[in-house]
Amino acid sequence: MINVLYFAWVRERIGLPREEIETNAQTVRELIAELSAREERYAAAFEDLESLRVAVDQELVDFDASLSGVREVAFFPPMTGG
Amino acid sequence: MGVRVQTDPFNAGAELKTFSSVQTNAGAVVTFTGIVRDLPDNPLAFMEIEHYPGMTEKALEKICDTAIERWKLADALVIHRYGKLTAGEDIMMVATASKHRKDAFEAAEFLMDYLKSRAPFWKKEHAKDGADWVAQRSEDEDALNRW
Repeated sequence: MINVLYFAWVRERIGLPREEIETNAQTVRELIAELSAREERYAAAFEDLESLRVAVDQELVDFDASLSGVREVAFFPPMTGG
Repeated sequence: MGVRVQTDPFNAGAELKTFSSVQTNAGAVVTFTGIVRDLPDNPLAFMEIEHYPGMTEKALEKICDTAIERWKLADALVIHRYGKLTAGEDIMMVATASKHRKDAFEAAEFLMDYLKSRAPFWKKEHAKDGADWVAQRSEDEDALNRW
């Protein structure tokens, strides 16, 4: 089980802030493909990876990062702090 | 070093005074305060700031640690708010303390550049005719290259 979190417009587009997902995906990219195939709202949220960022166990990573042993994955737009 | 992520307002003047008063090895303190800007053609009702609890604190601590090590800072402070804020309110502040001013200035700029694009905060501007997520500016991403 992986905890998947969504923030900002990704959360709004998918319609929930977090969910637990049972998956065999080996990488973030595989997880995205799996979610996108599920329902249109996921496909819409993951349509343009250029406008998305991902964190694995609260560290920024790229989309090819491994999900081995990972507990938490978060998807969000580029950050706008400050 | 101090990192605080909170919904409550903070008093930038009082924070600076406290921060400065505990420095015994520093000859320079630099602070920056970010405030909520109004929208020129479309008055802002409020700004909503969302963050990623857990990762936010970790990311800010990491950015502070890097600054402290690189500029040999005596101390660093970051306060960042989230939740609903209105125009003119303080969003965040950073403070740096070092022996000489150059390090404190540079480290404060570094902290600002990094927390703008690498700390998990997202701003949404709510105006009279709708709400929009603030998009990252390419200059903000480019600013990281100078470090």
